[in-house]
Amino acid sequence: MLGLILFLIVLFFAIAAPVFADYENEAIKQNVYEKFAPPSREHLLGMDAYGRDLFARIIFGARLSLVISLTTVGASMVLGCLIGSLCAYYGGWLDAITMRIVDIFLALPMTLMAVTVVAALGTSTTNLIIALTISMIPPFVRIVRSAVLQVKGSDYIEAAVAYGSKDMRIILTHVLPNAIGPIIVQATLNLASVLLSVAALGFIGLGVPSPQPEWGTMLAESKAQMRYHPWQVIIPGVAVAITVLSINLIGDGLRDALDPKLKN
Amino acid sequence: MDSNLLEIKDLCVQYKTHNGTVYAVNGVNLTLQKGETLGLVGETGAGKTTTALSILRLLPDRIGEIKSGSILLDGEEITKISEAEMRNIRGNKVSMIFQDPMTSLNPILPVGQQIGEAVLLHTDLNKEEREKRVDEMLTAVGLQPSRKNEYPHQFSGGMKQRIVIAIALACNPELLLADEPTTALDVTIQSQVLQMMNDLKKRFNTGMILITHDLGVVAQTCDKVAIMYAGHIVENGTVQDIYESAQHHPYTVGLFHSIPEMNKDSNRLAPIPGLMPDPMIRQEGCSFSDRCPKCSERCRREKPGNYTVSNSHTISCFLYEQGDADKEEI
Repeated sequence: MLGLILFLIVLFFAIAAPVFADYENEAIKQNVYEKFAPPSREHLLGMDAYGRDLFARIIFGARLSLVISLTTVGASMVLGCLIGSLCAYYGGWLDAITMRIVDIFLALPMTLMAVTVVAALGTSTTNLIIALTISMIPPFVRIVRSAVLQVKGSDYIEAAVAYGSKDMRIILTHVLPNAIGPIIVQATLNLASVLLSVAALGFIGLGVPSPQPEWGTMLAESKAQMRYHPWQVIIPGVAVAITVLSINLIGDGLRDALDPKLKN
Repeated sequence: MDSNLLEIKDLCVQYKTHNGTVYAVNGVNLTLQKGETLGLVGETGAGKTTTALSILRLLPDRIGEIKSGSILLDGEEITKISEAEMRNIRGNKVSMIFQDPMTSLNPILPVGQQIGEAVLLHTDLNKEEREKRVDEMLTAVGLQPSRKNEYPHQFSGGMKQRIVIAIALACNPELLLADEPTTALDVTIQSQVLQMMNDLKKRFNTGMILITHDLGVVAQTCDKVAIMYAGHIVENGTVQDIYESAQHHPYTVGLFHSIPEMNKDSNRLAPIPGLMPDPMIRQEGCSFSDRCPKCSERCRREKPGNYTVSNSHTISCFLYEQGDADKEEI
């Protein structure tokens, strides 16, 4: 519940960002005279090292982070569902080979994978999404496969075959909707880790390129002033922490609600 | 009425498992006419369900296989047609009612949609006509059409089985395979459901294979009976042949003795001693020989053929091998 409230607040600021601040003038345009200005009525959280409004950058940053992580999770969920359900449904060689490939990918840490892909493709927001999607697909394939395997054995699937449904139809209308519980939980929890990865990649300079306001990038930019202006680091850090925490809380809540084994 | 709707000849089905080959069905012969009901009776593991699944070609992938024999549906050999053609037969010409109505409905789709799906797959009806058909089917099985948007968990067990029957009959199939349709239901609901199936079957002139181990159910609903044991049909005949004739396969006799009788003063049942033979082992001789009270030396060496005792009645036991025996080898 707390998670949902926090997440809705973050989402609200992300969606309503243009209402609170002007992107070009406040989040991008540098104004060196006002650098490190303390919080005031005009600039709620003060200014950063280049005289940009920190509050504006945080809320536009929320936008960027959420767009990137939602796209990534969405894309990897769709692809993961497709691959996972085909593997589980048909089994045999297709399944065996795909699962070994997935195993290889799972052996590499997600961030490392993303770093490699971004390094190969170059830094841009699109490449970041591609990199994260590639590293997110394998865990999804695993989860979807096991969920589908469980549903596939049900009598109603056999009944659907017995009244003449085609394979694709069975997968889409009977199997996946029944397997959606664990997939949704996985997606939510992955959302948090993607968000964290975006910030981490931004921090080491492989994420969203400057001057776009991204939380990880903001942390990296202001780490030099940490001793004199700790505020500059704390604010983006807190933003990342709150968002990740809220999503994780939602994920845990969903898991408790959807997994009967954890209910007492 | 005279054309054979279904003709199974010498059907052999095997399951390949990690532990070896299971000989599930070993040479089954069956015929069924339009509108007729055949009761397939036997113990658990006798191969009844396997026979039914073979007709729909629904044996488990890569494990179950039709080894030999032919299945003719309306004269068409269905063991050899493609998967796409087979899909067209499933639910359209032949449909199946599964044993457990609790699990054979998709829990997250409204029941109306599940009935409509079969109609959608096999007819060209538009949405309105399909909805009308769904309403008709629900009325036919004695449920209110207004409940079509409800989910399976909102129905009782008996109602769910009615819905399963509605799905099965939605496309007016010529053959209905009912795999123990009433086993999971309590007795009062059982007779209601059977009564309803019988009425619907007559109305649509559907042939039916009723798989059961309940001999009472068979007497109530079937025209013909086939007694199955260890993958063989040991006795085949009309209901009169099985229930009234004096000549029986020893297994059938044992089966009838295992039922408690209300009107006789007996306090002990006479079950058949022993267990069904391991289907992994191919037996020489009659498969019932180990448990048969009338077993002879010959039974252990040779397989009995199907011997005709009257017009419609055949028994697979050497006891009935007479001059006019029909020497059809199994």
